[in-house]
Amino acid sequence: MTTSELIAARRSEPWREELRKRKKNKERTAIPRVQMNELDPEYRSHTRLEEVNLGLTKEQAMLEAQRCLDCPTPTCMDGCPVGINIPTFIKNIERGEFLEAAKVLKETSALPAVCGRVCPQEKQCESKCIHIKMGKPAVAIGYLERFAADFERESGQISIPEIKQKNNIKIAVVGSGPAGLSFAGDMAKRGYDITVFEALHEIGGVLKYGIPEFRLPNHIVDVEIDSLRKMGVTFITNCIVGKTISYSDLHNNGFRGIFVASGAGLPNFMNIPGENLVGVMSSNEYLTRVNLMDAANPNADTPIYKGKRVAVIGGGNTAMDSVRTALRLGAEQAIIVYRRSEEEMPARIEEIKHAKEEGVQFLTLHNPIEYIGDEQGHVRQMKLQKMALGEPDASGRRRPVPTGEEETIDIDEVIVSIGVSPNPLIPRAFDGLGISSKGTIIVNEATNQSTISDVFAGGDIVRGGATVILAMGDGRKAAAAMDDFLKSSL
Amino acid sequence: MNKIISKEHFSENVVKLEVEAPLIARSRKAGHFVIVRVGEKGERVPLTIAGADIQKGTITLVIQAVGKSSKKICSLNVGDYITDLVGPLGQATHIEKVGTVVCAGGGVGVAPLLPIVEAFHKAGNRVIVILAARTKELVILEKQMKENADEVIIMTDDGSYGEKGLVTNGIEKVIAREKVDLCVTIGPAIMMKFVSALTKKYDIPTVASLNTIMVDGTGMCGACRISVGGKTRFVCVDGPEFDAHQVDFDELLMRLNAYKGIENK
Repeated sequence: MTTSELIAARRSEPWREELRKRKKNKERTAIPRVQMNELDPEYRSHTRLEEVNLGLTKEQAMLEAQRCLDCPTPTCMDGCPVGINIPTFIKNIERGEFLEAAKVLKETSALPAVCGRVCPQEKQCESKCIHIKMGKPAVAIGYLERFAADFERESGQISIPEIKQKNNIKIAVVGSGPAGLSFAGDMAKRGYDITVFEALHEIGGVLKYGIPEFRLPNHIVDVEIDSLRKMGVTFITNCIVGKTISYSDLHNNGFRGIFVASGAGLPNFMNIPGENLVGVMSSNEYLTRVNLMDAANPNADTPIYKGKRVAVIGGGNTAMDSVRTALRLGAEQAIIVYRRSEEEMPARIEEIKHAKEEGVQFLTLHNPIEYIGDEQGHVRQMKLQKMALGEPDASGRRRPVPTGEEETIDIDEVIVSIGVSPNPLIPRAFDGLGISSKGTIIVNEATNQSTISDVFAGGDIVRGGATVILAMGDGRKAAAAMDDFLKSSL
Repeated sequence: MNKIISKEHFSENVVKLEVEAPLIARSRKAGHFVIVRVGEKGERVPLTIAGADIQKGTITLVIQAVGKSSKKICSLNVGDYITDLVGPLGQATHIEKVGTVVCAGGGVGVAPLLPIVEAFHKAGNRVIVILAARTKELVILEKQMKENADEVIIMTDDGSYGEKGLVTNGIEKVIAREKVDLCVTIGPAIMMKFVSALTKKYDIPTVASLNTIMVDGTGMCGACRISVGGKTRFVCVDGPEFDAHQVDFDELLMRLNAYKGIENK
């Protein structure tokens, strides 16, 4: 059955037809979009571990689900990189079948509770919602996704997707971040014998080391990983493919395919004077210390700076995660320094809003040009260049141009969050692997197959720095393509 | 989880551990390091590998108890487990026949120097080892070095063993009497700084193996960054060995002290 046939078949089930008749579209569109329940901004800016978004109640979710018009051609699905059957899960919420809704999510997504929290829905599914065309706010698809996934987890009745008969074909996955987990889930469903190799001591990749507890609690990631374990996926930590074991070791051990999802690597710096001073660090380092190593916990061995005046350089989600973490660790001033204006910021609107509510200061149209340290080599000041917006650049955003005017401000910690370059370990270790000038693995866009036929790749190691959901989309695409490839080569 | 097979005290604060790690034992080369973590709230600490036994499936680590985490590692006994051990990491030492190689080690840096000495010797070089320590009790691996080198010179600060003087005095003595084609140095950053300054004066190519603060150790966090020839490099993936004459040792020393004071709290 094709996807459109499946959509049509499900849409014509008697309960769906009956549900559609219950309310007129006019009544549905008249319902205002639900507001997410949140922790109080003042309170949450001091609490490191409590999640900011509290989720929807049953009543809120069922009412919001009524807003969905159950379109015959659901354009929202085109906006979802993993192709979740959106109207089917939403209509299950509307009729109160929350566990059923969660099952629908799991058909195509290995990490629904994660996606419901961190996906930029406003740029994806929700941006294609029919309500937008009518000049109204989109159905809160992301909130509903989170609701269904959370309901299932909290109910204790966690469903495990159906597994096709095991085919005993061994597949290796390099990296346990969103791309790797999504691939592993899809391949396990197809009956493959999956082993995920992780370099760090924890499973989850960026979901663990990168995204903070207040946005994505680790225990939620662990539950999703546990579901994969129940599907038969094996996880091996502390094992670096290309270092601990080689490509030929994998072959000699009977692995027939390899999916490389080794993620982001080296943090980018600006190469300006003083950038190696003590107290200047990458957001990867800062967030890894706090999230993976739990450094802010007094019982943890890993140390962390708790700056009083913290500047975070950058305007993406990682910058927002860093600056909000700094506040929670006791910063009196936590400042976003961004060279363009707020309009050009790549961070989600919700993250910017949350940061502002919590008291983060925004210093836009400013760009650091030098850091100044004390005698111990600790950063104490930063020199900023004031910027103005010029003509649009290749990204379509207006290019920031220096005005020549400078300003020096006191700071005692700087977190540089201006992107990452791909992890160099695999590109250096696999002979014959096609690598781009940026250091990313070159893949066929339709299949995610690399220049080595049994090696597929996805996520940041291919994209160079993107979102959780795009990485998951790659994992799904690569799984389908590797399945086809292996079947055709039998 | 990796089991500790044997433990030996080189001195009160310096411990040699033989740890079960069959995959690392097989894949490691001279110059590689591992990341070690002890306990669920433990820190990730980089340690350069001092040796391996493929048959036994073990690697050897030599640790000096200085901070919280190294003390924790040193307190482990035979039969205990290291919570997490990952590697081998970094670039292996570039080994080739160059002629005469002076290998200068200080403190526990002598331990990771051993596999490098072995490798250069095997490659047909004349290898002269200089072992430096504060005092006689802290001189380690003398016997193993003698088995793998053409000559071993021992320098102690207090003159209690070998000759009295610093590692640089030993190197200078060799330079004065014969042509040296390469110098390899591992030890405290301040020692390597002076070794580098000396060999630069004589224009002898020098490689230093750097041990910096790291978090992941796999090319992700950038905590290990240093300036080499004015460019920022990452010790974990570009190193740990660099052209010593290009390394900004003052910056390295400053960065090594980054968490001093915070850690002791």
